Amino acid sequence: MTQATSPSEAERTPVIEARGICKYFGAVTALEDVYLKLYRGEVLGVVGDNGAGKSTLMKILAGLYPPSAGQLYVDGQAAHFASPKEARDRGIEMVYQDLALAGNLRIDENIFLGRERVRRFGPFKLVDNAESMRLAKEHLEKLKIEVKSVRQRVEELSGGQRQAVAIARATAFDAKVVIMDEPTAALAIKEVRKVLDLIKDLRNHGIGVILISHRLDDIFYVCDRVMALFHGRNFAEAPLAETSRNEVIGWIMGNKSPVAQAAKIFDLN
Amino acid sequence: MATTTSDAQLSTRERSLRVRLIPYIDRFGILFLVLLMVLIGAITQPGIFLTWRNLSNLPGQNAANAVLAIGMFVVILTAGIDLSVGSVLALAMMTTAVLARDGFPPALLVPLPILIGMGVGLVNGFGLTKMRLPHPFIVTLGTLNIARGLANLVSGGVPVSGLPEVVRFWGAGNIALGNVQLPVSLIIVAVLYVGFLVFLQYTRTGRHIYAIGGNPQAARVSGINVDRTLMLVYILCGAMAGLAGLLVAGRTNSGFPNAGIGAELDAISAVIIGGASFFGGRGSVLGVLAGVLVIGLMRNILNLNNVQVFWQQVLIGVVIIFAVFLDVLRRRAGSASE
Ligand SMILES: Nc1ncnc2c1ncn2[C@@H]1O[C@H](COP(=O)(O)OP(=O)(O)OP(=O)(O)O)[C@@H](O)[C@H]1O
Ligand SMILES: [Mg+2]
Repeated sequence: MTQATSPSEAERTPVIEARGICKYFGAVTALEDVYLKLYRGEVLGVVGDNGAGKSTLMKILAGLYPPSAGQLYVDGQAAHFASPKEARDRGIEMVYQDLALAGNLRIDENIFLGRERVRRFGPFKLVDNAESMRLAKEHLEKLKIEVKSVRQRVEELSGGQRQAVAIARATAFDAKVVIMDEPTAALAIKEVRKVLDLIKDLRNHGIGVILISHRLDDIFYVCDRVMALFHGRNFAEAPLAETSRNEVIGWIMGNKSPVAQAAKIFDLN
Repeated sequence: MATTTSDAQLSTRERSLRVRLIPYIDRFGILFLVLLMVLIGAITQPGIFLTWRNLSNLPGQNAANAVLAIGMFVVILTAGIDLSVGSVLALAMMTTAVLARDGFPPALLVPLPILIGMGVGLVNGFGLTKMRLPHPFIVTLGTLNIARGLANLVSGGVPVSGLPEVVRFWGAGNIALGNVQLPVSLIIVAVLYVGFLVFLQYTRTGRHIYAIGGNPQAARVSGINVDRTLMLVYILCGAMAGLAGLLVAGRTNSGFPNAGIGAELDAISAVIIGGASFFGGRGSVLGVLAGVLVIGLMRNILNLNNVQVFWQQVLIGVVIIFAVFLDVLRRRAGSASE
């Protein structure tokens, strides 16, 4: 089930790693001493109750927030992201829970936002709209994402299509790590399947994926490993093959052994 | 591959004329308002309105508003506002006039007002992005007062008249093109508008400005340096206000500390009448030009018909409400046809 083909994980270098991350918002402690490792070609599920700190941890990995304490490593080297741009430049992309698209811009403009295709005209660099639309169309087709036209403004799209555009943006630039914060929350069943299959595709291309989801179906369909946060701390973690839904539900609610055992007993019945 | 079926669906839909027209109406609707103005002018004052004598006054009368409006437009695109431009115009104008009187080298008098405008723009940008004042309304309301106060301080509150030729040239000069005398201010406006069109539509920064207006959070996580872009936007707007000051100084051959009172409202009106959204991210340079023309033509026509200044103000108010209402209707029709 797991992709961990190498016998000892310790020998491999995580593509991204967080050690001892703390994050305080004024008096609120969002994260306290959190560890996370992600390997190439692995899908890591991150679960936890509302407010457990999942999004905050991901925003730190993606360079949106600086950690209050702790250290990030990319390919084993210490990394400090002053902005999402620096994280993106290192191949770390994120699909935000609230999508973070500019509704007034075209699909291709959103996909290439911050990384516009330009052509030189003498001393000037001008945006190459034709090229950007062509590449965007190509990329969407590769991902099997359907839209009427890349010229559409994002505000004209359905929730599922917006999700697709957000994913397209995260995957258009040789990402090493793609972080997805509840990418299936607003989707119909058919669309959910598409997103999850896309995640499998990414994994097969050697990309590391972090998937946050409240839907255990998603987690158990696509992940190799699952970790739970509880009140901003690491709570439990296991390869998917070595755990069960009920155990993970227990983790989310902050129960380790008793419920897990109860659940196992329950399973046996 | 997956998109081919839906592409086919689109092309059948595109054959419907109504759907195909919407983008054009969207883009050029405001031009109809301009044409309507011209028509009204031609009908009410047939012997005067369409004469060269009347029309050649328009660039001079409206250049300052055109320059202020294009700067204001860029700010409004980011969902901001700059209330200080009228005062900056006065400060730039007064400083130039006072220094000209005191024998400052004339060649330096041309860049000076623009630099002053950029300076105030820098303060506005600083207040917004570094001091984190909650809304650009606040910091520019502050600089509105500061710049107006300074404009009075540099001159002791009295007008100064008589400016060197090099300053007058920008606001009142003409350049012969064949047997036509083209006003310099018209050329400036034309060059500026083309420049801003290219800047906003075809440069990365221009794209970023639209993105910030559409969703600043999306801009930030896409790696756009939002604060730096905003800084640039307010400096640009300030530069335009300074340039407007130079134009008015040249045109009137003087500096007076009450110049440009309320000019920010005319600039905002032009931008809004031109179809830009007050909430940012929407609007075009062509629209702004049309907005400036609508206001300018309306003033001109009302003057020719000897309508009281106060009625002009009433009518501009009506046009603002009417133009935005049309926009609302158009948007509603557009989304209903989807
Ligand atoms: N910008 C912020 N300012 C202040 N507090 C914050 C901020 N962002 C998050 N928090 C707090 O940090 C904690 C963790 O929030 P976070 O959004 O990471 O939770 P989450 O696990 O993603 O929850 P959900 O499942 O609801 O998305 C919460 O208590 C939240 O209120
Ligand atoms: Mg969250």
